[in-house]
Amino acid sequence: MTTTHIPIIQNLQQDNDMAFPMSRLLRLYWLETLSEWRKTIRQPGFAIPALLFPVMFYIFFGVIFSQGTNTSSYMLVTYGVFGIVGPALFSFGVGMAVERGQGWMDLKQASPMPPSAQIIARVLVSMLFATIIIVSLFVIAYTLGGVRLALWQWMSLAFIFIAGSLPFCVIGLCLGLVLKANAAPAIVNLIYLPMSFLSGLWFPIDLFPKVMQNLANAFPPYHLAQLGLKIIDKDLGRPAWMHIASLLAFTLVFLLLTTIAYKRPTQD
Amino acid sequence: MSDVIAQVENLSKAFAGKAALCQIDLSIHAGEILAILGPNGAGKTTLINLLLGRIRADSGSASLFGYPAGSLQAKRLTGAMLQIANLPDTLTIAEHIELFQSYYANPMELQTVLDYAGLSELQSRSSKKLSGGEKQRLLFALAICGNPRLLFLDEPSVAMDVESRRRLWQSIMDIKASGAAIVLTTHYLDEADHLADRIIMLNQGKIIQQGSSADIKAQVASKVIRFMSDLATTALIHIPAITNVVRSGKYVELHSTDANASVIGLCDESIAMPELSIQGAALEDAFLHCNQHAQSAH
Repeated sequence: MTTTHIPIIQNLQQDNDMAFPMSRLLRLYWLETLSEWRKTIRQPGFAIPALLFPVMFYIFFGVIFSQGTNTSSYMLVTYGVFGIVGPALFSFGVGMAVERGQGWMDLKQASPMPPSAQIIARVLVSMLFATIIIVSLFVIAYTLGGVRLALWQWMSLAFIFIAGSLPFCVIGLCLGLVLKANAAPAIVNLIYLPMSFLSGLWFPIDLFPKVMQNLANAFPPYHLAQLGLKIIDKDLGRPAWMHIASLLAFTLVFLLLTTIAYKRPTQD
Repeated sequence: MSDVIAQVENLSKAFAGKAALCQIDLSIHAGEILAILGPNGAGKTTLINLLLGRIRADSGSASLFGYPAGSLQAKRLTGAMLQIANLPDTLTIAEHIELFQSYYANPMELQTVLDYAGLSELQSRSSKKLSGGEKQRLLFALAICGNPRLLFLDEPSVAMDVESRRRLWQSIMDIKASGAAIVLTTHYLDEADHLADRIIMLNQGKIIQQGSSADIKAQVASKVIRFMSDLATTALIHIPAITNVVRSGKYVELHSTDANASVIGLCDESIAMPELSIQGAALEDAFLHCNQHAQSAH
């Protein structure tokens, strides 16, 4: 049976090979991102805590109970990290676990959606959330907290936060592919909250005992916070390359785990 | 045939050592509706998942439009309606469809999709507020919105009321008329009987029967000649082409491989046949018959 060179297939193949210009591809990614954004923003149970908690905590601990602009600027960095880690972990970790549980992911995988579209869309939405959070924190820090930084410092912090959400997207992606839908919110919280505390995002890491300061090396938010604190000269003094290398290592390890999780055979 | 658009050769798949499909050969033609029937666990879903490239075969090959199953090029010519529990409920129907349209090179007009799926009045409804049948219709819309040349429908009319089902059948016929091939699995035999040009029956991972609905019914070979009579079985069993005589109350049912010859025989013997009726076997009978054969063969 030779079925490879028959007219109907040739025609379809020719049409198919020409038919996907760049403009259509861009539109596809745009719509995927837009619908990811709509799904996220229309879910008050996610959007409100994600935006409000970092801002509220910062107002309490960084402004009202602060002992001067030193604390306010220190907390700006640590609550900034806290703020960007949340949406990344939850959008990927919980969002994907739920859609996997529904079978929605199966339908998407059967559809001609390029696999990268879903991931890029979620990364962009997480980064957009990160941007909203840090802009809010910057405004509060400047107006209520009296924080004054040089322009390069503001810009560097914004860059560190936005780019720094990437490793957490990868960690979330991995969780989203492994966790069961109904357990995902609890487990992601169990990772997010203790990890934030142990990384020194709620209380300055200088106040931790030496053992816990060393333990913090095991958590990626610690490294991101230290990079941010270096910009305003309030870090623990370890070299920046060490923190960058650690974040890269975390990202690579979780990328590897994600690939393994993605390739697990689907059972009937 | 020259209009083969998908080809499965010698395809086998086992899960944890248990065979789900054994050496399946199958070709799918443009413009046909192919129904896959079989009891639960027969391998229907496995076969569809292999054709969609969602799982990998242990051996054999599956190609769609000359591309390997599961490749992006194959998927761009394919639409799929799978059985899924739920869909993201914060998007509206139109938003869902618009997104899926963007995955395809030549999508259908939104209004056409909505008409086919019977969702015109619901297009700005959030998918949270949909009934089971309406969700099925939305999933149907997502499957057809890319103008696919090959459409997979896994149990499409589950949870639909009679009217929606009739409407769905009409849409499926219209899409077939546009030249697309449709592969359908269903538990409703009347659905297969009504829609399918060709039926394959799976049992324990093997194709045990294939052909048109009429061919499959013919496998049970018999027509049922039924009339009121109190004659003894022995007086009827020698009538030409009769294979079996069954009494049911005041009636007698003669299973015949050739209704014409049997009725002539009955007339020759001047047997009275009040309330005579002659019926073909239903697809359901054929289905049970074939499955019993498959079971006893094991």
